[in-house]
Amino acid sequence: MSTTTAPSVGEQEATRDDTRRSRVDLGLVRDYGVYVALLVLILFNVIFTPYFLTSANLRVQLVQVAPVVIVALGMAMVIGTEGIDLSVGSVMALAGALVPLYLGYGVPVAILVALVGGLVSGLFAGTLVAYVGVQPIVATLGLLVGVRGIAQLLLGGQFRQIDSAGFNNLGTGAIGPVPVVVLVAVVVAALVGFLVRRTTFGRRLVAIGGNPVAARLAGLPVRRTLLTVYVASGLLAAAAGILLTAYQKAGTPSTQGLLMELTAITAVVVGGTPLSGGKIRVLGTIAGALLMQLVGATLIKHDLPQSINQMTQAVIIVAAVYVQRNRGGARR
Amino acid sequence: MTPEPEPVVRMSGITKTFGGVPALRDVSFDLRPAEVHALVGENGAGKSTLIKVLTGVHQADAGDIVYQGEHVSYATPLEAQLAGLSTIYQEINLVPLMTVAENVFLGREPRRALGLVDHAAMRRQARELLAGVGIDTDVDRPLRSLGTGTQQMVAIARAISTDARVVIMDEPTSSLEPREVDTLFRVIRELTERGIAIVYVSHKMDELFEICERVTVLRDGRHVHTGPLADLTRVDLISRMLGREVGEGQGEGITAFATDAAEAMEAVTREPVLSVRGLTKRHQISGVDLDVAPGEIVGLGGLLGAGRSETVRNIAGATRADAGSVTVHGSMVRPGSPAAAITAGIGLLTEDRKADGVIPQLSVRENIVLAAMPRLSTAGLVSEKRQRAVVDTFMKRLRIKASSPEQKVGELSGGNQQKVLLARWLCMNPTILLLDEPTRGIDVGAKAEVQALVAELAREGLAVVLVSSEMEELVEGAHRIIALHEGEIVGELCGGEITEDRLVEMLSRDGGPLDDAHGTRESHRYHDVGDARVAEDPGGGGGVDTPLQEADR
Repeated sequence: MSTTTAPSVGEQEATRDDTRRSRVDLGLVRDYGVYVALLVLILFNVIFTPYFLTSANLRVQLVQVAPVVIVALGMAMVIGTEGIDLSVGSVMALAGALVPLYLGYGVPVAILVALVGGLVSGLFAGTLVAYVGVQPIVATLGLLVGVRGIAQLLLGGQFRQIDSAGFNNLGTGAIGPVPVVVLVAVVVAALVGFLVRRTTFGRRLVAIGGNPVAARLAGLPVRRTLLTVYVASGLLAAAAGILLTAYQKAGTPSTQGLLMELTAITAVVVGGTPLSGGKIRVLGTIAGALLMQLVGATLIKHDLPQSINQMTQAVIIVAAVYVQRNRGGARR
Repeated sequence: MTPEPEPVVRMSGITKTFGGVPALRDVSFDLRPAEVHALVGENGAGKSTLIKVLTGVHQADAGDIVYQGEHVSYATPLEAQLAGLSTIYQEINLVPLMTVAENVFLGREPRRALGLVDHAAMRRQARELLAGVGIDTDVDRPLRSLGTGTQQMVAIARAISTDARVVIMDEPTSSLEPREVDTLFRVIRELTERGIAIVYVSHKMDELFEICERVTVLRDGRHVHTGPLADLTRVDLISRMLGREVGEGQGEGITAFATDAAEAMEAVTREPVLSVRGLTKRHQISGVDLDVAPGEIVGLGGLLGAGRSETVRNIAGATRADAGSVTVHGSMVRPGSPAAAITAGIGLLTEDRKADGVIPQLSVRENIVLAAMPRLSTAGLVSEKRQRAVVDTFMKRLRIKASSPEQKVGELSGGNQQKVLLARWLCMNPTILLLDEPTRGIDVGAKAEVQALVAELAREGLAVVLVSSEMEELVEGAHRIIALHEGEIVGELCGGEITEDRLVEMLSRDGGPLDDAHGTRESHRYHDVGDARVAEDPGGGGGVDTPLQEADR
């Protein structure tokens, strides 16, 4: 093609040179590191962990990671806009509180109400961020505290057991060999992947995350998009909360989803989505969630204490942030 | 000029490769004490890389640097700075929220016992240094409260505060007004009298020939020429930079928009497509009226802070005007909404490419279709195929140099980034294009291309409003020039009467009435603009309560 020439010296020079240099060193790590790490860990487990490759074990791992994946995908979209959503764990708790309260009206109603809870929370966060101009971390920090408070209030500070088999089947049932929870996560992943890659909404997200001023000047509906992405995150968190509630057969507002925001952010960052926005990696996020899940499981299987698990996770986070660090710097 | 036998800096055989792509190939460069040495080349020729290798930002893959007789290789810019190699970058590398004094001494604050910062000494020394570069300002003010020009002077004060032997200036005048340029040149001459050598990187031919003694030309990462500048004509220099014969407009150094008086007069008589009435934004512009006809290029002239950028930004809804109306084809455009302006057919190429324009992480394709995305998609679904067709067209037409449409825009040169942004608007098929400094900071070749393109678009019927700090570009490019001062229109030049002299005269006139023989649309309001740049209160017939320094921003 006549317009495309090999990159001349000019293009190279115009790039931020530090970025260029580290891209040579770390680019591959950044793009594929999470997959390689996941693969290595799986191989390690296949060889050294007894009963790793049993369907029972695999099912447990996947069921446990599914809510994380669902939340993390919402988080990835928010982070793509250079935002953050700290409210997700509390929204899960809210969903867990709403379900038992409304199960009397039937399973669909209970699920719907729980989703509406997530939606309202997302609307609130999104309004603060997009229209009031509150920084995302502050806006959602408020919700992190407040929404869990509401959840606990709803159940009077107690947890509530659920004996509706129809509802609990969401958490423990399976369609064929695939647990429902995992199926939902797969559907959500496909949906988010489609949204991010193939829709104008998804492309707006990364454009806004990359340069909000330019996005506004190009006529993109920046506020509406931001509002929508927090709503999406709230909805996904509520969905994860519903599944977890069904799995636990109880709404436990004081513990459900606790620290989930950090787990989700970790999955997103480890998966290669920069906190500085402008890029959303769906598959990477899933791999990131799986990696963190498997690290924990592996250490437990090999009888290492929880403190080692925490330190290992810390190392992985720092490593992920390290290989990402130039992405933030590249913007100025 | 007596050539010094011993250069202060001698670089030889410098080679530097980024990711397998050579940026410098066996380049040599020598700098004599007390000379002003021009370093020129198109964007991507390797100027920045050469400077960065010298100042420790990069390490050369091969080659040798001798500084003051010693072989050196600096690992960090700070090391180089402490050794006396100071750099002033094109984009001011200071901390906006810190005070002027803190910026001058950032990282090298005067200390007292116990390592505490000696604020009194810092302020005093900062004042002295700034006075030395002709700036009298409160050193306790945060830097961001100063105008760009003043910030640049602060950067220079900072550069020479280190007992520099070599000061490297990368496009130092790109955000300066003519009189600030004069101050800069005076400072440069003073520096050379102290024996300091200056490396002067610039695209502006006028400046090079005025201030520089010798020139080194780089092209595609190779050394092309070094010698006294006086031995070269502009055409010589440009053809060495481009490595090809320059087309028309050689004498001027650049190919400007083609205009002629007949064309201009014809445009004026056409029905305006864009009408602006009484556009007002507090502290920025006041009562601006503007009409632009299809095919017409209207230039906005004025000094920094006159309200040129503000005018186009308010028209495009980038900022929301306090009062006034913008109509396109007779229908009102909702103020403060870029989306509404775009729908009405207005495109704004912003002054600050990096901050307001490109999305560096996204591809060339996605940057081009950013505004057009809704039009190129069905039911919210992106069609890459349709996008590609559009992108291919504009990449060809604008000759955007990228390895593929999927290359990240952040990796392109400034000129190509600018073309991408132009393409973003052109693929919207606009009726009005507002260009705010369209050729700032891009290389000579790309500049000529952009200018030619704009002229061509105007011939095709696009209405263009052009803001440019380059007198030459404005005078040669515009069919009509509206002069602004302190946010108000103070005069208008049309067709054949547009000359640099007339424009300068208009902008520097002392309140007296101008020759009004050209039947312009609006009554003229003149103000005392003579000394407006530096004075806090311009006085005279002004009466706009905008302090210039603030309006600069």
